Amino acid sequence: MNIETLSPFVLSLITFVPAGGALLLVLFPRRDRDIRLFALVVSLLAFILSLHLPAHLVRSQPGFQFEVNSQWITSPNIHYHMGVDGFSLWLVLLTTFLTPLCVLISWRIHDRVKEFFVLLLVLETALIGVFTALDLFLFYFFWEATLIPMALLIGIFGHERRVYAAVKFFLFTMIASVFMLAAILWLYAKVGSFDFVTIQNAIRTGQVSNFAAASLWLFLGFFAAFAVKVPLFPLHTWLPDAHVEAPTAGSVLLAGVLLKMGTYGMLRFNLGLFPEQSRRNAPWIMALALMGIIYGALVAMVQPNLKKLIAYSSISHLGFVVLGIFSFTGAGWDGAMFVMLAHGISTGALFMLAGILHERRHTYAIREFGGLATPMPIYAALFLFMVLSSVGLPLLNGFVGEFLVLSGTFRAHPVYGILGATGVIWSACYLLWMYQRVFFGKVTQEANSTLEDLNLFERAALWPTIVMALLMGVAPLLWLGVIDPAVRNALEPLARVASKMVGQ
Amino acid sequence: MSGLPQTADYVRILPELVLSIFGIVVMLLEPLFDERRSQRTLASIALIGSLVAIMASVFQAQNPGFAFWNMVRVDGFSVFFHVLVTTIAAVVILTSYEYMSVQRIRAGEYYGLILFGTVGMCLMSSAVELVLIFIALEISSISTYILAGFRRREAASSEASLKYFLLGSFATAFFLYGVALMFGATGSTNIDKISPALEQSTVPPLAYLAVALMFVGLGFKVASAPFHIWTPDVYEGAPAPIVGFMSTAPKAAAFAVLLRILFEANAPGRFWLIWFSAVLSMCLGNLGALVQTNVKRLLAYSSIAHAGYLLVAFAAAPEVGVSAAMFYTAAYAAMNVGAFAVISHFANAGEKYVTLDDYAGLGRSSPVLAATLTIFLLSLIGIPATGGFFAKFYVFSAALKADLVGLTIIGVINSAVAAYYYLRIIVVMYMRESREEIPVRGIPLGLGTALVVSLAATIYLGVLPGRVLDYALASANQLMQTPASAAAATVNPGR
Repeated sequence: MNIETLSPFVLSLITFVPAGGALLLVLFPRRDRDIRLFALVVSLLAFILSLHLPAHLVRSQPGFQFEVNSQWITSPNIHYHMGVDGFSLWLVLLTTFLTPLCVLISWRIHDRVKEFFVLLLVLETALIGVFTALDLFLFYFFWEATLIPMALLIGIFGHERRVYAAVKFFLFTMIASVFMLAAILWLYAKVGSFDFVTIQNAIRTGQVSNFAAASLWLFLGFFAAFAVKVPLFPLHTWLPDAHVEAPTAGSVLLAGVLLKMGTYGMLRFNLGLFPEQSRRNAPWIMALALMGIIYGALVAMVQPNLKKLIAYSSISHLGFVVLGIFSFTGAGWDGAMFVMLAHGISTGALFMLAGILHERRHTYAIREFGGLATPMPIYAALFLFMVLSSVGLPLLNGFVGEFLVLSGTFRAHPVYGILGATGVIWSACYLLWMYQRVFFGKVTQEANSTLEDLNLFERAALWPTIVMALLMGVAPLLWLGVIDPAVRNALEPLARVASKMVGQ
Repeated sequence: MSGLPQTADYVRILPELVLSIFGIVVMLLEPLFDERRSQRTLASIALIGSLVAIMASVFQAQNPGFAFWNMVRVDGFSVFFHVLVTTIAAVVILTSYEYMSVQRIRAGEYYGLILFGTVGMCLMSSAVELVLIFIALEISSISTYILAGFRRREAASSEASLKYFLLGSFATAFFLYGVALMFGATGSTNIDKISPALEQSTVPPLAYLAVALMFVGLGFKVASAPFHIWTPDVYEGAPAPIVGFMSTAPKAAAFAVLLRILFEANAPGRFWLIWFSAVLSMCLGNLGALVQTNVKRLLAYSSIAHAGYLLVAFAAAPEVGVSAAMFYTAAYAAMNVGAFAVISHFANAGEKYVTLDDYAGLGRSSPVLAATLTIFLLSLIGIPATGGFFAKFYVFSAALKADLVGLTIIGVINSAVAAYYYLRIIVVMYMRESREEIPVRGIPLGLGTALVVSLAATIYLGVLPGRVLDYALASANQLMQTPASAAAATVNPGR
């Protein structure tokens, strides 16, 4: 069989292979080892399938590729429309890349193993679906579908205050997405279609009646759902709770992929559908993003809890993404996309590392540790590598994205660029200070002196992230080569809007 | 049309005939069996009866038209409700197999009554003569009154039965009064004759009162506020499978009657009646459910709220409104019968375990049961990919099409509030550990089948709602046609 013939089905396959695996897993006998292995095989299969996307993407061709579009429901007019472009492609790969690692890092879960991996695989399907769906209804369907497995993962397998965190997470995101649903339904009522491309064309050609009056509300409806997910300051309060209580794999996917749903949504829908409103609202959104960067970093600095520190650092990093997106520059968008990917890898890895420590000591409190470099040398080395990548050391993945975002922002608003740049310094402060307290010095606690270093599964889960972080730092063009055409393509109509607004 | 009834007349009440015959057979055979063995045999006969009735209803669809001197009208609309009600009966009988033996209730008439009740509900959906509707309503109500009191050793069950009976009789009296006034106002009790009489420029004032009184009677049957007071107590006391039955089948039938009276007869002054009842039902139902600790009571309040959502469709334009309401009854039936099947299994002997606390840790002790109930609850919330989502979607978009923005907003806010109490059950099942060891039995074949059927229906309606909705739309259009053209369109070649 010619591999090219796979292209029309590949997106459906990638999306539904994990769900199919989950369904089989339900029927599995409760033999924990087989269940883990099967989950690993399924998630690896999805990853291998997803490699087809960058391999066969035509870079010179604008618009969506690997499209499938068929009628799903006639009334209302809902299509099964999927496709990827330079924005969504890497996010799909990020999801399929992180999921097998999540399976590996969860190898030691003993309680309700079957439920855990079923939920994890269902979550993977929903996440991939969010990035591939091009029908607004289908998108909303996957968007909501991520909520249930994630809330259950936190609520069942989390730590002490898990129920509180799960309910808070669920309510925050659910209530916010109701506004998006309202906006989607309004668009459907006017356009008669849920199809993203159709709606986008209808808006661009001015065929939507009453659009001028409603566009601010529509923009805010979408933005509310995405801003909670990112999370943008001051809607971030669910995130530290959810992260601290979530099991390690849950945190990895939450930080690695779930948060990107918000920034991806802004890029695709807010900017794709309402470019004019995005421009108008950019100043206050960028201000909120800046506050997020600085506030997240300052709060991270004083956290006594390792996992909470990483959670707040996520808020700070995601602020860069939002800043880049609303700078309306090519460099800013390239950078935003790159930060999304880099943050997915490095923060995902940091959460895995924190989880490993928790598994051994059952605490995240930084003061419980100290001098860990002596009993766990490999662990300490990998941790340092990831801290440096997160700080943004040149030649590692964190640097490229933040540099691009800042240069884009600087071109748009020099003051915002300068303020944003301080975020890089803050992140070096809190991460390195944390590293010093946990790893350097003498072993102060008796229990720490005999800690076991990384085992096989943990290494298998961590090494791929290390390789990826290095590769992304050394050869960012591998990624940007796909992202940049999409960015140019998306910026072109925006430039017209801009000149129109200047002309006013 | 006069003279003796002909074969075609009987074909048009075939499902009712089948159900009656099987019901009589069940009653006749009951004394012949040893008490312990009778249970399964009689249940199986009743099950076969309801399955044959489903087939008869489907068969009927090829033979639409009027029967028995225009008292019965078989059309797409009636066939839809026939299939729905008989399927609910079959699923409830499947659930009852185990329930009856665990509860040590030995009575063949239980199954007989389910079948007889179903006869009444089927007839309600196809009758176009108000007097016949009244008789059908009584057949269905009296059966459910008795069924509600079947846990005879429990005071709560007898209370439920008596309460239901007393208030229900009142309500049907209201209905009958309305019928009488309608006859006074229009000179007919046949919906197809009332309709042209009401389309004249001056509607007799008496007709408004008649519509209001009939609405009171039917509002009681569908448990919409402010006629809902009986619901929580009756649902709490009645046997769990019967609650599944009476929260869906008689409700669906009563909604069918309401649709026929309000839309086919084009009842005057219906809008504000429905508007207030819908808003009250949604708000009272959801607020009431928020504070419940008994799962059966919680779902009772939830059923009041769902009656409210359904009534929203009644306020919308005829065609879309009718089809949305039809879809909603089907989706609601699938998820609610399923939820009560789980509850009746878990409740154990004497319905001991029905409080929220008892459900703690169910996710661990019986993952299958918990996962199934979770899906039904998610559907009741209205999460995408379940029938409940599209049910709400169609209802609210029908309301939006009729520019009922206020009603839609109240509805959407209510469904957001409702998410809280359904989620509470899910949270308790998965995220709290049980304090005492509650024995959960394995799932027997009958219950398993019932669960699979209702799960499949819930998910089918959530993933591929197109066919059911298209069918509902077609039959709604058929219903809206004038009686003359409808009769012409459905001329029976056999006559």
